Amino acid sequence: MRDVAVVGVGMTKFGEIWDKSLRDLYVEAALGAIENSGVDHIDSMIVGCMSGGLFVGQEHLGSMLADYLGIKNLPASRVESACASGGLAFRHALIEVASGMSDIVMASGVEKMNDISGDGATYALATAADQEYEVFHGATFPGLYALMAVAHIEKYGTTRDMLAAVAVKNHDNGALNPNAQYPFKITMDTVKSSVMIADPLRILDCSPITDGAAAVILTTVDIAKKLGKPYVKITGSGHATDTIALHSRDDMTTIASATVAADKAFKMAGKTIKDVDFAEVHDCFTIAEIMVMESLGLYAPGKAGEAVLKGETALDGKFPINTSGGLKSKGHPVGATGVAQIVEIYKQLTGQAENGRQLKSNPKVGLAQNMGGSGGSSLVHILEVA
Amino acid sequence: MYSARDWREYPRRYRLEAGKCKKCGKILFPARLICPKCGAREFETEMLPDTGKVLTFTVIRTAPSQFTDIAPYAIAIAELTNGVKLTAQLVDCDVNTVKVGMEVRIEFRRVQTDAYSGILSYGYKFVPKWY
Ligand SMILES: [Zn+2]
Repeated sequence: MRDVAVVGVGMTKFGEIWDKSLRDLYVEAALGAIENSGVDHIDSMIVGCMSGGLFVGQEHLGSMLADYLGIKNLPASRVESACASGGLAFRHALIEVASGMSDIVMASGVEKMNDISGDGATYALATAADQEYEVFHGATFPGLYALMAVAHIEKYGTTRDMLAAVAVKNHDNGALNPNAQYPFKITMDTVKSSVMIADPLRILDCSPITDGAAAVILTTVDIAKKLGKPYVKITGSGHATDTIALHSRDDMTTIASATVAADKAFKMAGKTIKDVDFAEVHDCFTIAEIMVMESLGLYAPGKAGEAVLKGETALDGKFPINTSGGLKSKGHPVGATGVAQIVEIYKQLTGQAENGRQLKSNPKVGLAQNMGGSGGSSLVHILEVA
Repeated sequence: MYSARDWREYPRRYRLEAGKCKKCGKILFPARLICPKCGAREFETEMLPDTGKVLTFTVIRTAPSQFTDIAPYAIAIAELTNGVKLTAQLVDCDVNTVKVGMEVRIEFRRVQTDAYSGILSYGYKFVPKWY
């Protein structure tokens, strides 16, 4: 396998972007990444998108997006793993470059979620769960994470304040991210008094419905050196699935797919969680961030919530998590999220994070964890300074 | 939705039919073509027991359109007496009284109506065991 680097990144503003279509958002992010990297062409592109079909009635995204990017006859693929589609696109771009099949590949993701009603979006997102044995009975996505939250609270005594602290911390970070959908701070009281969606999860425990796109350019370390732009090395990649239905799992208080994907990524990188300096994790709901912290081995089961309350994962904490604002504040255009996580890791490792959210600790190793559904799939990537 | 998608589920939703692996004895709901525990492919049909206890639950306050008329409603994952776990609504009680560990029984109820085809879909729901 060849050593692979990320040489450039691009992303749109995340939010309710009424004046831009899926194709506009995608091309804006893609051109941004290509220009940022200094490459004069790409050999192929992989697009992560959960549901162009349900959100905007458009499939065949490889063809359409390469067309609107102005590149004829490009090998362009679309991959899907629900909310982990972006992470999956990144992994497939990595495999393609590492294998020698292509030298320069764009990993990208896009989702346009506001062109349908809230009910339509709820339906589209719920297709990531078991349609006949969960969704049929009236389970929603917040509902599935609420089932995990109640189980976690019952087993470990996780508190309302611990959940709220995740949202407050991520908004503190997102307030410093010019691309965030909700770039403002919130208080513990605001979270705890916001409208209940699925007990115990309130609206401010949930990531929003978001339009947006993100893209990154992958190439060999040898080519990256010649380009003369800042680059980071991709040293670990792990991917694992789990049962589609939450009720089929032995333990509903942990994300086993994240644990297995992380183990694979650490083994590939020759590292452990102790070697990692910071992470972007999939905080689709506040409870998810707590469970993923434990599933990655960063904290013992039941201990992550207390750590968030103490500020250990804040921007100035000993292990910063979601410096970008996470899905909660930055926004969660599902297919783009996994790629946007890589954008943030790249910026932090190359000293380019905006508005004072650059980590002062001179980080060397970053981790991105992206998951689909209620944890039915996870991708973990480890990136390091060159 | 075409009616086939509904009636194909009748064995599970109407009769609680599970598949018991002839080799290792694992009970699968729904039945499958291959056992995830031992890889065997022969099963016998076994009916699920109708009682169990709540492992976790939530109350859905913001519901999909087919369920807005009954919201707020409780959704629970229960473990039945044979170890099978499944997700369903927990009804016939105040949603504020639902607890982990609560004993439940399975009843046959109308679950939802498809807005486009008008198909009435029936299936299982949990009710408190004492009820
Ligand atoms: Zn078996």
